Amino acid sequence: MKAVRDRELAEDFEKEATPAKAADNAAILARGLTKRFDKTIAVDNIDLLIRKGELFGLLGANGAGKSTIIKMLTTMLTPTSGEAKVWGYDIVRERNEVRSSIGVVFQDPALDGMLTGRENLDFHGRMYGMNASLRKSRIADVLELVDLVDKADIQMQDYSGGMKRRLEIARGLMHRPHVLFLDEPTIGLDAQTRRYIWDYIRRMNQEMDVTIILTTHYMEEADFLCDRVAIMDSGRIVALDRPEILKDAIGSDTITLVIDSGGGALLRSLQSFSWIKSMCSENGSIEIQVDHAQSRIAEIVLEASRNNAVITSVNLHKPTLEDVFIKYTGKKMKENGGRDKRAEMAPPRGGR
Amino acid sequence: MSREMVKGDLYAIYSIWLREMLRFFRLKSRLIGSVASPFFFLAFLGMGFNNIGRIPGIPEGVDYMSFLTPGIIGMTLLFSATFAGLSVLWDREFGFLKEIMVSPVSRIAIVLGRTAGGLTTGILQALIILALGILLGMSIPSIKGLILSLVFMILIATTFIGLGLAFASKMEDMSGFSLIMNFLIFPLFFLSGALYPLDQFPEIIKLLAYLNPLTYGVDGLRYCLIGTSAFSPLTDFSVLGVCCMAMLFLGAYLFETTEVN
Repeated sequence: MKAVRDRELAEDFEKEATPAKAADNAAILARGLTKRFDKTIAVDNIDLLIRKGELFGLLGANGAGKSTIIKMLTTMLTPTSGEAKVWGYDIVRERNEVRSSIGVVFQDPALDGMLTGRENLDFHGRMYGMNASLRKSRIADVLELVDLVDKADIQMQDYSGGMKRRLEIARGLMHRPHVLFLDEPTIGLDAQTRRYIWDYIRRMNQEMDVTIILTTHYMEEADFLCDRVAIMDSGRIVALDRPEILKDAIGSDTITLVIDSGGGALLRSLQSFSWIKSMCSENGSIEIQVDHAQSRIAEIVLEASRNNAVITSVNLHKPTLEDVFIKYTGKKMKENGGRDKRAEMAPPRGGR
Repeated sequence: MSREMVKGDLYAIYSIWLREMLRFFRLKSRLIGSVASPFFFLAFLGMGFNNIGRIPGIPEGVDYMSFLTPGIIGMTLLFSATFAGLSVLWDREFGFLKEIMVSPVSRIAIVLGRTAGGLTTGILQALIILALGILLGMSIPSIKGLILSLVFMILIATTFIGLGLAFASKMEDMSGFSLIMNFLIFPLFFLSGALYPLDQFPEIIKLLAYLNPLTYGVDGLRYCLIGTSAFSPLTDFSVLGVCCMAMLFLGAYLFETTEVN
């Protein structure tokens, strides 16, 4: 499949007349970014513009290249070719400036288990050159944000997985980065903790005006959180837009009726409705494609009763990001991805 | 490099050193464990051979306990420094290396911070062994000798921190760890003249010993602490000094080029 160009990137460049002007608004600007490992191409010639203040999602299955992009943008890996700027700084030539502008929460925990939560945060503050009083106030701030004030003086090795994650998010924010990278922020966490973390992510983005780039393979996470998402497959971006636009683009809603009797009459009378885009019937059920399905269900049911048709069930399906993902990649994102992923990662050095 | 960056790097060196101290003193068992095995060598070899009579090759008037203690100090430094360098592997394994590498601190500051941490803990252990040696009957060194011996301790520790760092930068995980211990660290120890005088070795083994930086470290320590040595102290200092710089540069260079995956 041909890699899509970033539509908004192109539009921005046209609107602003000069690419330099568009680059000013960019938190991240990548051109032809590529990473090869031996013979495999992990990231294949990617163009990307992420605006300041955006909450951006990178979606893809394991091995699609999400983490490799993040590692290049965070200066952990050197690109094979192409270039990228983070907050205006080149990721190869201005590594230290890039590092000062970003915060990173890695996929696997990156904490010192022998230190307490507070000491981990304190070490972080020191590495970013904060003085003692600044560290103290920032540590108090971020601990508050992630509800870990009363756990701050416990050694890291006694934290639960969810607490570690929250502490890492707190740490990523401590030096007030312009851009925060979150690599699979909720992987392996229970539903409640995941909700909490979504809230934190939203709040950071809105209240503290942090540009956030997250990778995920949870579709509902991307849909719920992100302003825009890029879907990756085999190292390329195959779709990139707002979740609503992506979902709208793949088609209308589907109403499925299961009919006990009188289906033929109903089908004939539904033909006269102009708002029905298409219909098909198959052994006792009718599938109807419409826009804004929720407002049409009543009419359909009314029509059924006029025709003495007996409906045993009504099912409404709206396109999800999952459908979008399947359309573009031809693959189904695994349900319960967290569990599957962990099973695949059993040898700790998985192919990432 | 701007002044701000130098200041930030100095602060980072201090911070990394501070972390090493916190970790070291938090685990009392590790502190005890790290001194225990050199102490056993010192106590059992020392007490056993001390009464055997004159050992050929040891100068007249020097008892075996006095001869052995500088050797065991060298052993302590060898082991603790190599561990300190290799501890990058633990950080890699537990993910903490990423936290360090993504921060806006130069790689050389990270290397120096680690080196400072390893130096402090290594010399601390060495001084504990020296005190225990004196308790067990080693002749008491002069203040001047004691101060001079610190120079050799620093050089020995730095050399082997560099060595550990070089290995850790090239190793993916901890699987090669026991190989390094058995086929590098133990031979370095036995071939250093720490336990008995070098001239008791066959010629070929003697040659290997002359290629071992620890040989010069142990010899230098003997000069400082008990006033007798096989080479001139200046030779010891020069050879060890060159090794020290070379290993530190090698370790720093390999660490610099390591990618965190």
